[in-house]
Amino acid sequence: MSKPFKPSVNLTDNHVTDESVYMNRRSLLKSFGFVGASTLLAQSASAADWFWEDEKEKATFQSKPLDFTKPSQYQINETRTPEKKITSYNNFYEFGTSKDAPAENASEFKTDPWTLKIDGLVKKPLVLDHDSLTKRFPLQERIYRLRCVEAWSMVVPWIGFELAALIKQADPLMSAKYVAFETLYDPEQMPGQSNRFLGGGIEYPYVEGLRLDEAMHPLTLMSVGLYGKTLPPQNGAPIRLVVPWKYGFKSIKSVVRIRLTDKQPPTTWNRLASNEYGFYANVNPKVSHPRWSQASERRITSGGLLSRNRIETQMFNGYSEVAPLYSDMNLAKFY
Amino acid sequence: MAPRKAPLRLSPWLRRSIKSVIHVVALGYLVWLFYAGITDTLGPDPVDTLLNETGIWAIHLLFITLLLSPLAKQMRSPAPIQFRRMLGVYVFVYALAHLSTYILFELQLDMALVLSELISRPYIVVGMVALLLLLALTATSFKVLQRKMGKRWQQLHNAIYLILPLTLLHFSWSQKTFWQEPIWYWLAGIIVLAPRAKQWLITYKKKRSRKQAKKSAAKANSPQYP
Repeated sequence: MSKPFKPSVNLTDNHVTDESVYMNRRSLLKSFGFVGASTLLAQSASAADWFWEDEKEKATFQSKPLDFTKPSQYQINETRTPEKKITSYNNFYEFGTSKDAPAENASEFKTDPWTLKIDGLVKKPLVLDHDSLTKRFPLQERIYRLRCVEAWSMVVPWIGFELAALIKQADPLMSAKYVAFETLYDPEQMPGQSNRFLGGGIEYPYVEGLRLDEAMHPLTLMSVGLYGKTLPPQNGAPIRLVVPWKYGFKSIKSVVRIRLTDKQPPTTWNRLASNEYGFYANVNPKVSHPRWSQASERRITSGGLLSRNRIETQMFNGYSEVAPLYSDMNLAKFY
Repeated sequence: MAPRKAPLRLSPWLRRSIKSVIHVVALGYLVWLFYAGITDTLGPDPVDTLLNETGIWAIHLLFITLLLSPLAKQMRSPAPIQFRRMLGVYVFVYALAHLSTYILFELQLDMALVLSELISRPYIVVGMVALLLLLALTATSFKVLQRKMGKRWQQLHNAIYLILPLTLLHFSWSQKTFWQEPIWYWLAGIIVLAPRAKQWLITYKKKRSRKQAKKSAAKANSPQYP
């Protein structure tokens, strides 16, 4: 199924959501006894927009439209998180530790030229340049749930290709068991890497890893875009990993190297606090983070404070098809 | 010695005007936060913004409250102290708004979850202890009670020196890594508390030496046998 780029499709979806949330909000407002206030608020709301809209206007990075298909099995029926929220609420410590810092500090991030190396235990090491990231493999839109380890979640229409396709081209050796990923290290462009106070004191470059069978799973995506366009820097431009059944920090951003190894590679958050973040980091409502419960999550869509957006967290973030990968493992131990 | 200037005194009218401004700003910002949150104009995740803003401003107000008595000493004027009580109460109001946001909008009244999180997460326990202490200070902030409690009132209100480190611990502990914003607040906390700690040490030493002097005096007076 090959469709041309249709930028208006998602917009319609959002419209519907906004309205339903709006109705819900009103009924809730009534129940709180703010009937009079709510009508007032609806009109003055835009006045408060300066609070986070300024940063978007400053942005100089231009996203480009992409060509992609929309395989039906990946078009889920859940309210999408608005693009504005996906691109202004980010954990990307290379550009600062607060959620709004990446959108602000990454606006001039250079993603062209770019080199992505695939090497290690492979027969045919590869080097992808900026253009081949979006042209070498046919792109698909996949709407995935994103569950952050901080107990919030979003629904994101990613554009990308399966990591498996890339790994197959590199032709892994029999001895390859794991895949190690590395983010760009460029302190001049990434203030968090040059200043420990801005970067939260984590060790850079950011590294992540997957078991080879996890990396080869058809759900595992190398994403180059979202909402029909190339990724903004704060979301991991020009190419990032997306592993929808694992906590968000596994989905490493702005990847420059993919290395196949025979040993389990170190991963950034595990190295920093191994009691809080494991190598696997599968979404699991039964295993709490030591400082908060993972049994439920707040789904960020377009509602305000009064939208009831806390939902139960599902095992593997609802992607039960990955369960066989872990059939003989104690997931409370290998969290 | 140069002649001392007369200490600054505020006319009742000026004092009341400043107080009204503080009320309008402190309450106004809180009301605006909730309004913007309800209408989804408070950033991508209004709950997150509201939690951060109420928490950080409770801390800012706490620092301002703690700075008033050194300021009064510096100015040789009682004027700053006249705003200490109301600012202290606003620390509690913001902290309460912070907890309310957490229960109402973060956990969304899932009472089983509220209970288990309040009990089992150390950083939340620390925050709760600080809030309960603030509640005790706020509940006893009336002038009548202050007179009635006498010396006890001051002893109770010294809890503010415990509230500050508890609050900062809660702040630090809620972050994912150590090297973040709270570090600056710890630094500020040390700067604010250091002169007081020095004063406490001096008073403590004085007391001890007085006691020792008494003891040795008693010894000298007692009959001595070779």
